[in-house]
This record gives sequence, structure tokens and C-alpha cells, in this order.
Amino acid sequence: MSTPLLVIEDVAVDLPTPRGNLRAVDHVDLSLEGGRTLGIVGESGCGKTMLSRAVLQLLPMKAKLTGRVMFEGQDLVRLPSESLRRLRGRDLAVVFQDPMTSLNPVLTIGTQLIETIQEHLELDAPEARKRSIELLAAVGIPAPEQRLAQYPHQCSGGMRQRIAIAIALSCEPKLLIADEPTTALDVTIQAQILDLLAREQRRRHMAMIIITHDLGVVAGRADEVAVMYAGRVVERAPTRGLFKRMHMPYTEALLAAIPKLETAPHTPLPAISGRPPDPTRPLRGCAFAPRCRYATSRCHEAKPGLTSAEMPDHLYACFHPIRMSEGIGA
Amino acid sequence: MMQLAVRAEPLLSVDNLVVEYGLGNKTVHAVSGVSLAVARGETLGLVGESGCGKSTLGRAVLQLRRAKSGRVLFDGEDLTAMEGEALRKMRRRVQLIFQDPIASLNPRRRIGDIVAEPLIIAGVKDAAERRRRVHEVLSAVGLDPDLVAGRLPHEFSGGQCQRICIARSLVLNPEFIICDEPVSALDVSIRAQILNLLEEMKARFGLTLLFIAHDLAVVKAVSDRVAVMYLGRLCEVGPSEQLFASPAHPYTDLLLQAIPVPDPDVRPVEGVAIGEPPSPIAPPSGCRFRTRCPRADQRCSAEIPELREVTPGQFAACHHPLA
Repeated sequence: MSTPLLVIEDVAVDLPTPRGNLRAVDHVDLSLEGGRTLGIVGESGCGKTMLSRAVLQLLPMKAKLTGRVMFEGQDLVRLPSESLRRLRGRDLAVVFQDPMTSLNPVLTIGTQLIETIQEHLELDAPEARKRSIELLAAVGIPAPEQRLAQYPHQCSGGMRQRIAIAIALSCEPKLLIADEPTTALDVTIQAQILDLLAREQRRRHMAMIIITHDLGVVAGRADEVAVMYAGRVVERAPTRGLFKRMHMPYTEALLAAIPKLETAPHTPLPAISGRPPDPTRPLRGCAFAPRCRYATSRCHEAKPGLTSAEMPDHLYACFHPIRMSEGIGA
Repeated sequence: MMQLAVRAEPLLSVDNLVVEYGLGNKTVHAVSGVSLAVARGETLGLVGESGCGKSTLGRAVLQLRRAKSGRVLFDGEDLTAMEGEALRKMRRRVQLIFQDPIASLNPRRRIGDIVAEPLIIAGVKDAAERRRRVHEVLSAVGLDPDLVAGRLPHEFSGGQCQRICIARSLVLNPEFIICDEPVSALDVSIRAQILNLLEEMKARFGLTLLFIAHDLAVVKAVSDRVAVMYLGRLCEVGPSEQLFASPAHPYTDLLLQAIPVPDPDVRPVEGVAIGEPPSPIAPPSGCRFRTRCPRADQRCSAEIPELREVTPGQFAACHHPLA
């Protein structure tokens, strides 16, 4: 096995709030090899975005981070800000849900692209311009030369996300973090953007983390999936293995709660009762136990750790895993 | 239980409705000649991508946005011709639920007062009677009236706020509810709860629903029939099962193919979707979908396709419908 490009080791993020400490990320371990795609799935408040901000070292000012984020062998947490700044945008790129967060509304698209390219790569202005045009064409923008002179507000949401992707790809990053890249977009545009990301990833042999609330988005496009709940990774496995035999009741319940196209109208949905716990009041036991139909007294008293049973690469945090072969699991 | 065909006397019928907005010296063609009917007790799903005019249509039904032409018949009466008190009276029978449940609730008012407000506007003077109604609808949506009535909206999650909005929409005993993206702001696990709740409320209070959403699977889960809109026009309408199993309009087909399926064995087909919708300020001539349609030809740019029955109960506006 090759050395992973990114290793997240025991990362925890705490945020002070008026109601007390909020543990947004609760001791997460993850790793990703070059050229591979990791999907991080979870609902609002599960910590998926905070985890990605921890990797990028873009956490809110008051956040407290512990653990290590090893990127190509160096710990980003302890890297001086100058080195970090050089790394971000070049080797480490990000695409956000709302492209207007990353695009500057008062600068032309050309200025923003050319500036990024010149900042990180040693190219003169005409070369950077030429490269910008190539990039815009590669992400499917018609008449790229004319687009360079336009401002973000002159483009549609889908076009803006394509431009944000072009900027993210401009310096050939080794890792692209896409945080809900298609959530703000219509379904036909979403399909095009996901295609675009997959195509560029293959071409550039780039590693990618897709953060999403939609199991459908990762099912066909990630090599491995990590499911998060209440700040923790509760299940992690190669995509196919995960969907075939989910061991964590939360993952099963989440998939079951999605309306399916095959299901007949007016079929009651298997909803998950209740809602996620208050992150400022951590529970002693498993955070999903109050909503879990398999929970026993043990689940309310102790936190299950991430373990594996049959497949060493299929991890789950549950005392009563489901769909196990006989004799394994409690 | 399910009534698929529209009966002779629909509760709501929209007849050749045209809604336009002014934008500077330009005109946005939001809804361009849409006709629909919803039978009593039926749920009609209305799907389409942002800017297709589905929300405008919902608002035009309630006369919150006046139509340029066309008619909206509710229980046989033309709402477009109504004004003032007559319209206000009619609106008690038709309610609206919005996408953002938190923004739909006044942050400074207590839940009990928010839910009672429609009763006060409707002239229910008896405070005990108002309390009884509020109690009833809050319990119906799964909230404990004694615990929630005295609290403020910020004390509740998005899912609970949507329950409160549903309670408020039920308090006047309406016959018809327009749900405009009622679950798209909610997380998956909460979304299922609210969809189940809407189905329960529909059965319990004998409601008729117009369910507007962009998510086809969500729409299918609750709808007897589904109507698909694109750029201000109706593309296709038909019984849910039939429309999803064999879409006749290429746009419906594109929407269905573009949905990411939560199954790794279903590989996403790359390159199904082409381009973006054109601007509703200058919609294409003929069929408005033709600029993105793989089947488009000369005729599609010259001639507006009429809605025609392709299979019993299923109508498509296309010159070259899928077999």
C-alpha cells in the first residue's frame, strides 16, 4: 500500500459558544491516497464541514483544534502560516457550496483566475491568460475569452461553480476538497458538475474529498465513504461494501429515509424519529442511541469505538452492528 | 384510496394562466399559458428546476401574484375576478406552506399566538375557542401544546418549525394547501418525518394538495399525479407511477436520469445533461426545451407543441414524444 497523501489523526475541534463548549469534531481518523475519492456524508451539524476546515486550516478564530493533519508527510496544524498560504490554492484546493463565497464580486473572472495562477506558478501574464482560457474551456464554459472580461454576477449559478472549479484546478492541486459542491444547483446542472469533477480528477490523478448530505452523490462517485454523526465517524468503508452491508444502524436509517424513485406513491417513509443531540451537551453513550431501534442500555452508557469485524477496511462504531455474518458482533 | 383520474368537477382548475413580471424595460415570462386541474382529495405534484415558474404558479393560484390572463377556478368560482373581502374569505379555504419554516414564523411572537393569528383575522372572537383550535392542531402535528405554545420560534429546530407552520395552515380547516418546497430546507432524517406528517394530515383533514418541489423522488412519494414545468410551460402531466416509469417528454426523461441514485451499482451515466435553461426574459420560440433537447428539429423551433394525451391519463407537450 502506498503512503497516503492525507492522514487525519485524532482530530478534535471545539468551538466556544454562549451555551458552553461545542465539540464539532470528536476525535476523527481518516486517510486518503493520491487519485482516490473519499465521500464524507452526514446531516447538518454532524461536523463534516468543520472537519474539512480543519484540513484546510480555515477554522473560525476561536476554534480549538487538537490532533494532526498530515499532508504529504507534514503536519498542517503546525505549519507556519506563510507555508500554509503557499500550500493552499496550489496543492490543496477547495470548492464551496456557494461559489459566491470563493469568487470576488468586484473582480473580473479573468483577474481572479490569472491572479491565482501567477501567485502560485511562475508564468508571465500572457501565459497565465492563455492557461485561464484553456481551463475555462476544460470546465465547459462556452466562449471562454469573453468570459474573462465578465464579473461573477453576469454568470448563472452553474457557470459560477464551473469557474470556482477552474480556479481550484488552476494550479494542479494534489487534493481537492469539494464541500457540498452541487447542493445549491439544480439537478441537471448538478449532474454536469459531478461529471466535470470526476473527469478532471481522472485526468489529473488528483485526490478528492466530496462532502455531502446526499448518499446518492457519493454512491456512484466515491471510492470510500465515511458517515459522520454528532462529530464522529460512525461508519467507514469502501463504497460498494458500505452500500451492500451497512453495519451501523444510523447509515441504514439514513438510506431508508430517502424517498426512492422506485417506491410507489403514498408509501410511508421509514423516518428516523427525534433529532440529533445538542452538541453542547454530549451524551455519555452512543450519540445515535436515543433514535436507534436497536439500542440497549449498554448503548446509553458507553461510547462504542470504531472497530472492524469481517472486513478490515469496513469500520463501524456500534455495539449491535447489523447485517453481520453469524457469530460476529454482539 | 387513490383517485388517479380527475373527476368531472375539480376543486381547483387553472386555465391558460399567464403571469409576467416587469424587470426594468424587459418582461420575465414566468408562467406562459399553463392549464391544470386538481381533483378533490388529490395531491398534484408540480416539479421543475429553479426559475421554471412553479412557485409563481402557486402564488398566482392564491392571487398573491395577479395573472396577466387566464383563470383560476376554485370550487367553481373564479379567483382572478375576486377582490377584497370575497378574496379574503376564499383564502381561508386555501393555505400556503413555504420552504423556509424559520423565516415563515415571526421571531418575536409566541407559538400559540402565531398559530392563533389566522383565527383572529378570520374573526373568531371567542378566546377559549381559539385556544381549543390551537391545541388541536398543535397536537395533530405531533407537538405538545402545553410545552410549545408559550415558546418563541428560535427555541425550535427547522423540522419543528415546519410542524408549527403546518399547524398554522390547518387552523382554519382549509380544503386546499399549496406546499411550496416544504421539505427542501430540511435534513434527510427530518424530511421523511414531515412528508409522513403531510400525508397523515391530508388523510385526517380530507385535504387536497398542490405539492411544489424540485426533487422528483420527494414529489413521487406524496403525489397521485405529477406535472412537470420547464421555463414557464407545462411539459408533461400524468399519474405518478406512469410518468416515472415511462416519461413521454424528453425533459422529464432528462430530470429522471440526472438524479444521483444512492446505489453504487448504478453507475452515473456521464453526459446526460446538456447546457443550462435559457433566460425567461427571452425564451426560445416554439418548444422552450428545444435548445437542450436531443430530439429537437425544425418543427420544434417553429411550432409550440400542444399538450396531447400520449397514453391514457398522461399528457405531453412534445412534437417527438418518447415511445
